[in-house]
Amino acid sequence: MRVIRACREMGIATVAVYSEVDRAALHVRKSDEAYSIGPAPAAESYLRMDKILDVVKRSGAEAIHPGYGFLSENAKFAQACADAGVKFIGPTPHSMNLMGSKTSARQQMEKAGVPFVPGTSRGLASPEEGEEVAGRVGYPVMLKAAAGGGGKGMRLVNTRQELRSALESAQSEAQRSFGDSEVYIEKAIVNPRHIEMQVLADEHGNTVWLGERECSIQRRHQKVLEEAPSPIVDPDMRRRMGEVAVKVAQAARYTNAGTVEFLVDQQRNFYFLEMNTRLQVEHPVTELTTGLDLVHLQIRIAAGEKLPFQQSEVQIRGHAIECRIYAEDPDNNYFPSPGKITVLLQPSGPGIRRDSGMYEGWNVPMDYDPLLAKLIGYGSDRRQAIMRLERALYEYFVAGIKTNISLFRRILRDADFQAGKLDTGYLDRLLAKGDHPVTSSARGAEIRSLEAIAAIAAGMFAVLDPASPVGKNGNTTGPASVPSSWKQQGRSEGLR
Amino acid sequence: MVYEIIVGGEEGSKSHRLELEKAGGGWECRLDGQPVHIDAVIPRRDVLSLLVDGRAYEIKREQTATDLHMWVGSTRLAVELRDPRSLRSRQKASGDEKGPRKVLAPMPGRVVRLLVAENSEVEAGQGIVVVEAMKMQNEIKSPKKGVVKKISAIPGAAVNPGDILAIVE
Repeated sequence: MRVIRACREMGIATVAVYSEVDRAALHVRKSDEAYSIGPAPAAESYLRMDKILDVVKRSGAEAIHPGYGFLSENAKFAQACADAGVKFIGPTPHSMNLMGSKTSARQQMEKAGVPFVPGTSRGLASPEEGEEVAGRVGYPVMLKAAAGGGGKGMRLVNTRQELRSALESAQSEAQRSFGDSEVYIEKAIVNPRHIEMQVLADEHGNTVWLGERECSIQRRHQKVLEEAPSPIVDPDMRRRMGEVAVKVAQAARYTNAGTVEFLVDQQRNFYFLEMNTRLQVEHPVTELTTGLDLVHLQIRIAAGEKLPFQQSEVQIRGHAIECRIYAEDPDNNYFPSPGKITVLLQPSGPGIRRDSGMYEGWNVPMDYDPLLAKLIGYGSDRRQAIMRLERALYEYFVAGIKTNISLFRRILRDADFQAGKLDTGYLDRLLAKGDHPVTSSARGAEIRSLEAIAAIAAGMFAVLDPASPVGKNGNTTGPASVPSSWKQQGRSEGLR
Repeated sequence: MVYEIIVGGEEGSKSHRLELEKAGGGWECRLDGQPVHIDAVIPRRDVLSLLVDGRAYEIKREQTATDLHMWVGSTRLAVELRDPRSLRSRQKASGDEKGPRKVLAPMPGRVVRLLVAENSEVEAGQGIVVVEAMKMQNEIKSPKKGVVKKISAIPGAAVNPGDILAIVE
């Protein structure tokens, strides 16, 4: 939908592909042409390169924008597009391959002088060597099994006294778990932040950085809320991170839009993590703070144009925060909640951007990622962006399925968030605290009055709306009873 | 109209008696015997604009296969509405705790496995079946302590919201 909008703005016709369950999805409704590519499972539709390239042939499409899921980081698909003579809007298969493998990426980046988490990249020969390296990089350090995974053979070491016994136990655990006792040492990044830098490169050797995004608020390795700029990055740090990111991109001979991810420690040192070779879900916060349209630029770069501006012309203005609205049930450990959207009230107004794939009456399929919409607040500073988002969340209402909207109210009101005290453990800590606002007597009185309002409202619904159910397990509205005015509303919402 | 309305709050649920009478162009309202001046319109389905002594509220109604909730601002409150004159409603009210209770699928998904057998005893909140959606597995729990009378969920079968998975008595 994001790409279809950009194309329409640029006067480019669009061709959508869809699986059987997505026939009524917004991207199919809004494109100029649309073709079915098979059943619901992604492996039989959205991941089938042959079917997608068939659609290219049938429609005569000149280029493919892979979006940010499915095949977007698949070098084989980029190669297949090149072989079929259709332009892949993204980097070359060569750059994607290079960044796809951790070891080859690390070798290339070491050559380019990019900072990594300090340590050894081979096994420790003796406890003395461990003590020497740990003394050099500074405690705490992490011992990691070379063959490791899932936390096995890993030990956090805080002091020199602990090192020897920790190394012995890590080695024996690694031997037992993987049949390989090789253990290496790395500086432990305690409570790191995840901060990434947007880069853009044309096919004529020009590469620029467009500012960072703070993405530390994650759960199950999934980003939940992102913002630009980061509360801890000052202009000097931004320039240094940007220059490293450009160096990474140039070392990979990177073209089009990409993102360089960094881990940042509490002393604000940053270390290269990996590069994402596609447009990111969270790109709108960069668009709002730079005033650029990244999808327009991606298309222009793919068409062979030069970047229309230089690094010195890039300016970061204001503050933007993105909330990822997922179909998840907050009362059930954020379990996915697909189903039919029966009521949808959506926010708008000053400083609010809403990139949404949902509409009233739409059936959220159970087959794909539960991302429904992105709500982005923009303000002249962070405080105003937060206030605008809180206001917009107050206007947002989705019924029929569960969403994580209430989670964003908690985050935005949280003192640590407001102070910018974030790291990748932040969200789990917030959720562990539980959602129990202080029950002062004033709050108690407020709740009692809300209960009275709810009681009156329930009665008024019953007398004013004959469809209202009586009794807890009474007849509730089934999928068949959707009045056409809902569809009307859905259409008008979708058109905005 | 007279309703008995049970509202679930943070400190357990409370029952209210609501009397509504048509009067002139509006409604005369008594909540637990106290007169309240109200004005209400439904600008669209499931949305109510309510004025109570001049204070404005927008209330949203959320209905799922199993529950009814009112959203007052950002606060979500479970509501149960009974018409004391209705026999059906009275039966339902008395049958809720003692009689058989249905275990319903809260979302579309696929049944992965059964956690209990028919005729086994279960505690309230104990998992009965596992349903998978969007690649995540979810335990559907028993609404009450009792005996699993019937299990209609079949492992591997697709379910829709509101489908009966089991009955606990």
